[in-house]
Amino acid sequence: MTATAEVEPAAEPRGEYMLELDDVGKSYGNVHALRGVNIRVRQGEVTCVLGDNGAGKSTLIKIIAGLHQHTDGVMRVEGKETKFNSPREAQARGIATVYQDLALAPLMSVWRNFFLGNEIRKGVALDVAEMKRIAGEELEKMGIVIPDMDRPVGSLSGGQRQVIAIARAVYFGAKVVILDEPTAALGVKQSGVVLKYIVKMRDAGLGVIFITHNPHHAYLVGSHFVILKLGRVVLDAHRDELTLDQLTGEMAGGQELAELSHELRAVDPGKTVEGHEVRHGSVGSPTVDSGSGEDAGSDDEKA
Amino acid sequence: MSTAPTATSGDDRVVTRSALNTFLSMPAVGAFIGAIVIAALFFAVAPAFRNIANIGTILYVCSTIGIMAIFVALLMIGGEFDLSTGVAVTFSGLAAAHLAWYFSLNVWVGVVLALVLSLSVGAFNGWLFNTTGLPSFLVTLGSFFVLQGINLAVTRIVTGGVSSNRINDLDGYESAQAVFASEFNIGSVNIKITVVYWFLLTALLSFLLLRTRYGNWILATGGDSAAARAVGVPVKATKLALFMGTGFAAWLVGMHNLFEFNTVQSGQGIGNEFIYIIAAVIGGCLLTGGYGSIVGAAVGALIYGMTRLGISYAGWDVDWLRTFLGVMLIGAVLVNMYVKKRADAR
Ligand SMILES: Nc1ncnc2c1ncn2[C@@H]1O[C@H](COP(=O)(O)OP(=O)(O)OP(=O)(O)O)[C@@H](O)[C@H]1O
Ligand SMILES: [Mg+2]
Repeated sequence: MTATAEVEPAAEPRGEYMLELDDVGKSYGNVHALRGVNIRVRQGEVTCVLGDNGAGKSTLIKIIAGLHQHTDGVMRVEGKETKFNSPREAQARGIATVYQDLALAPLMSVWRNFFLGNEIRKGVALDVAEMKRIAGEELEKMGIVIPDMDRPVGSLSGGQRQVIAIARAVYFGAKVVILDEPTAALGVKQSGVVLKYIVKMRDAGLGVIFITHNPHHAYLVGSHFVILKLGRVVLDAHRDELTLDQLTGEMAGGQELAELSHELRAVDPGKTVEGHEVRHGSVGSPTVDSGSGEDAGSDDEKA
Repeated sequence: MSTAPTATSGDDRVVTRSALNTFLSMPAVGAFIGAIVIAALFFAVAPAFRNIANIGTILYVCSTIGIMAIFVALLMIGGEFDLSTGVAVTFSGLAAAHLAWYFSLNVWVGVVLALVLSLSVGAFNGWLFNTTGLPSFLVTLGSFFVLQGINLAVTRIVTGGVSSNRINDLDGYESAQAVFASEFNIGSVNIKITVVYWFLLTALLSFLLLRTRYGNWILATGGDSAAARAVGVPVKATKLALFMGTGFAAWLVGMHNLFEFNTVQSGQGIGNEFIYIIAAVIGGCLLTGGYGSIVGAAVGALIYGMTRLGISYAGWDVDWLRTFLGVMLIGAVLVNMYVKKRADAR
């Protein structure tokens, strides 16, 4: 990764916890998506939450953002016990969120999406010119230029949409900014910009919660790492206690990574096969039990 | 892809739109084209259509449909349907008439009570929709039948027949008629007050949708309600208000009908809900919500009015009206789709 963020050692924890989760759990009916999660978010720190697909990361942030309510445990915001009933309440308490799956209204224009819920007004009327100007400036700062702020967001690329959602959270973020896999859809340059923004937000004294699959990105900016697995916290460590390799290892579940690299070694990425017609259904599924690897390729026909 | 040079730095693949393209990408463009075609058609075939004095009559027909259509359009842009609007108009008129007559009240008391009831019907639709999560199509289909039954049954109980008793000898009738059913002349053109309301409300709702915070919330709620809620838009309150908006419109038109004709038929209004929806769709509203135009819906109502009177002015059988409307609906939707695609792709 060529992210250009300058990484300084984590700042000294300043003062109180912005956000504390004590033994928080969440069930969707009979699915326990989160169990006994303890997390502390300080101002001026970047807390990274890592974990496999379905580990419960999005569930965790949706609780903090007011989209879901936790079913067990206690959440405290600035020391006060809290259960948000709506995202609006969370926002009023200074928590801004970029969601992985809930981004923007596709048929609405860029500036309308950017200011949705935080519209600037002149009397009763919207101050359209001002909103277009600010939205344009903020997006430009993040490295994307959209000359026509009236374009529907649906006509932009996935990455551009993600940048709009991030720029919006950064612009309106008050105390805690949550980013759910913000770099997943982005190119190298935009990922770098987002990481820089994360550092800037930290330096401005915000608490940042950064959710990602990518340990490299996490290690570039994180002060604190939390790994979730099947809804539980399996690792909660400060940056000083961990190297990137350890983080990567822990994330992939140590053991499992070793197994995976063993299996994949047999695949032989240098091998090429002459192109030919492949009949429907003739690509077999990879078998992962044997180490021999002969059947891991895709060219064995089961006619 | 266009290769014209551009003034913007950074991304030179995007050229600023021309004014024509901006016009063509507006939701109402199909309706505007349709209105011109219809006007030209009847101008050619129906001599009475060319008579300037008939403008008032045409606009009057448009206005009672149009007042409803613009509120229905706003609701559709917010992502929901209301099938109870047709009978809700009758319900409101009957409510005012029965209450005022039965209790010998000043008609204004009946008018205010009818407003409360109409807003309550809207609020009930919205509440039921919000709490059950059922599609609004279903919820309001239910209230459509409930109201229809109430209209017939209560009228039978109060008057023993199918129309409300005349209320023109009650106190306040004159002033209420002046507010809801008066008319004036501009030259040889006779203008009903509903036309004024229609224009004013079209301007007001258009401003509300495009230039206020609440309008932004309506667009977002209809476009993607989960995303809207996630950024803090009060989605449920927004939808509730939209349903109450159609309730208000039903009241206004219901009051006009009452004070124009002095009595209301209990079976009236059925089927009009689709005409309102058709006007909104011709005007560019998407059935899926999040997109549409208030001015477009008003033009949709204009198309309806011109067609309805144009057919009879031309001496054709009025039975063909609905066939005509159906064809126009599909035509306008196709034009909207085609033009929008062209304008977006450019
Ligand atoms: N609304 C829901 N109803 C029922 N189960 C749900 C719901 N949302 C999430 N889950 C379940 O909760 C678990 C955690 O999901 P979550 O979306 O939090 O995972 P994640 O860590 O964000 O995964 P990813 O990395 O793929 O985004 C999953 O098993 C998922 O199936
Ligand atoms: Mg997720």
